[in-house]
Amino acid sequence: MASKRIYKELTECTTSPPPDMKVCLWNESDLHTWKVALAGPASSVYEGGNYAVLVTLPTDYPFKPPTVRILTRIYHPNVTNDNLGNICLSILKPENWKPATKVSAVLQAVRQLLVEPQPDDPLEARIADEYRNDRNEFEKNARQYVTRYARGPPVFGDAPPAAEKSK
Amino acid sequence: MFICTATKLHPSLPSPFHLPNTAAIPPTTRKRKAAEASISSQPTEALPNKRVASAAKSKAPPTPVTTTSNTMDSEEDFMSAMSSDADMQDFSGEEAPSYPFTYFDDDFDDEPDPDFGVLKDSGSKKKVAYDVSFQVYEPADIQRQQDDMVNEVNMILDINKEDAAILLRHFRWNKEKLIEDLMDRRAKVLEAAGLGTDVNTAPKLEPVPGFVCDICCEDEEGLETFAMKCGHRYCVHCYRHYLTQKVREEGEAARIQCPAEGCGRIIDTKSLDLLVTPDLADRYRELLNRTYVEDKDTLKWCPAPDCQNAVECGVKKKDLDKVVPTVACLCGHRFCFGCILNDHQPAPCELVKKWLKKCADDSETANWISANTKECPRCNSTIEKNGGCNHMTCRKCKHEFCWMCMGLWSEHGTSWYNCNRFEEKSGTDARDAQAKSRMSLERYLHYYNRYANHEQSAKLDKDIYQKTERKMVELQRESGMSWIEVQYLNAASQTLQMCRQTLKWTYAFAFYLARNNLTEIFEDNQKDLEMAVEALSEMFEKPVQELCDRKLKVVIMDKTSYCNKRRIILLDDTAENLANGATGGTIYDYFAW
Repeated sequence: MASKRIYKELTECTTSPPPDMKVCLWNESDLHTWKVALAGPASSVYEGGNYAVLVTLPTDYPFKPPTVRILTRIYHPNVTNDNLGNICLSILKPENWKPATKVSAVLQAVRQLLVEPQPDDPLEARIADEYRNDRNEFEKNARQYVTRYARGPPVFGDAPPAAEKSK
Repeated sequence: MFICTATKLHPSLPSPFHLPNTAAIPPTTRKRKAAEASISSQPTEALPNKRVASAAKSKAPPTPVTTTSNTMDSEEDFMSAMSSDADMQDFSGEEAPSYPFTYFDDDFDDEPDPDFGVLKDSGSKKKVAYDVSFQVYEPADIQRQQDDMVNEVNMILDINKEDAAILLRHFRWNKEKLIEDLMDRRAKVLEAAGLGTDVNTAPKLEPVPGFVCDICCEDEEGLETFAMKCGHRYCVHCYRHYLTQKVREEGEAARIQCPAEGCGRIIDTKSLDLLVTPDLADRYRELLNRTYVEDKDTLKWCPAPDCQNAVECGVKKKDLDKVVPTVACLCGHRFCFGCILNDHQPAPCELVKKWLKKCADDSETANWISANTKECPRCNSTIEKNGGCNHMTCRKCKHEFCWMCMGLWSEHGTSWYNCNRFEEKSGTDARDAQAKSRMSLERYLHYYNRYANHEQSAKLDKDIYQKTERKMVELQRESGMSWIEVQYLNAASQTLQMCRQTLKWTYAFAFYLARNNLTEIFEDNQKDLEMAVEALSEMFEKPVQELCDRKLKVVIMDKTSYCNKRRIILLDDTAENLANGATGGTIYDYFAW
């Protein structure tokens, strides 16, 4: 039952992907692990960056929320500033997740988070403070990260990284 | 007259006519009290409950039980406690004064008493200051209260019962606010509570031609589907899976939303029943009951393991510095309504919290420090002497002194390594300063040790009941007394436990009290109670052969009664002083908060 839904969603996402994105499976035999290449949205500080995004659908999908990680380092209040790249997104919290929500909606929410960070619900409190109080410094740092980590094609690595939870 | 009394007792209470049974309820003796007994600050919002309580009453087990802290120490006392108002009047003059802890209004009229104040003033039946009124509800009562409120809203507002229940939960069972708000802005309120404004139709499962489930993407012909009034339709398998997960795994009940993205419509009981298995529906109802109790500030679960009752008490959080609301569940567990910890009268919750924290942080360390260290006479660093000679050099300030006399080492002259000089001024001064810094620690330990002592005794409570029963049986055999005649031992045992619990907390309380006249009265009360308890304890521990002496029985009964009296006096006095803090009267000054 789940595979039918996942297959349908995958087809939709690959044929008409959400803006700034390219979607494919990590490997053809596993419907549950998706690779998404996300281009930093124009007019955001992340413009020009290319981000490797990993989407993992749990076995219980769509009744349990997918997990999303930004594998490319990014300077952002709602993404952990480490190799894990965990994201804080309210629609992905188990108590808020609705089974009718589609992966494409999730991906658009991730993109929206880059356009408009949510400093009131931060994963990185220091960056959130900076975002609120010293926007210039924040933008400078964010752009530096883009230059340092996100130029060139997104790097996914050989195998999907093991799921880890930092928070 | 007794029959009449008995019918009003809750069925789960042992009947008063079987004394051995009654005596077997461990810690407390319970009495019924007028259901609407008031706390002075009982707010008007308690109204709906009152109504429910009186409605339930007619069905028999309303269970408004109030506990008194007394323990019966004789048959007569038992009877006077159980007797109705009429009896009390008969007794007054001779019996009542000799049992001063029979202070409740045993008002067994069916009608709630309209004017409690009158009763309060009627002389012998005094309500003690530390008593709070409360009611115990069993699971069936909790269910009935909800049903009654739902029915009422259903009738007044012409809303179907499922929606009324959702609305009530949304308003945390504040019926008045619900009605008012709904009258003012119906559409907005319905939306916020997760209900649409559309027309009522019974929920049903139906196949829809050409339907594709948005969750599983199945589209087979004849697939049964379901949608709430929001119209978001999914196949019955997905809906069921979703609800099962919410209820079973997430423990959610009152706020399960429609599975559609962004739809806040709340699932109602009828729809849920239609979709899930009966055992899941049971679990759902259990969770709903739980949210009912948790949503209402005046209701709390009894924290005793496996106890399913809830207790209602009107004491507000902000009043917890003035009152210690001890309540007793039907299961026998006595706890504080404010903080859910075991009965901690007379100490207020805040103070109990501080005390427990202090004990957890300090006790072991403090004991060790006290036994093994001294402070440097110059910088007060705590120093452990772990061997070696008496010539100490403080690591921190390099002060050199003698461990024995605490005096300057330089003044020791030739008597090195053999300190026998106690007269030098520097030594005395150093010891004085040391004594001062030690005093606060000593002070704490003084109270802590006594507190811990009584706590230790309380921990033995578990065995005490069995021990007492064994002793009672033995005594019956040895002395030829009847089971009823040996009840005084049980009464003594219960009194001992209760008083020790109180004593324990008097020490925590006293630790925080600054010295003034009130503290002295408090300490006198404490001393009196402690002496009485120790005396009773000693008599109670006597071998059965000695207990056969009927004279000793009378002495023990008197002592039991005396202990109870002392405990009530202490609690009453303290509670009154705490409460007076609110009215600008004298209050305890707290020390070292």
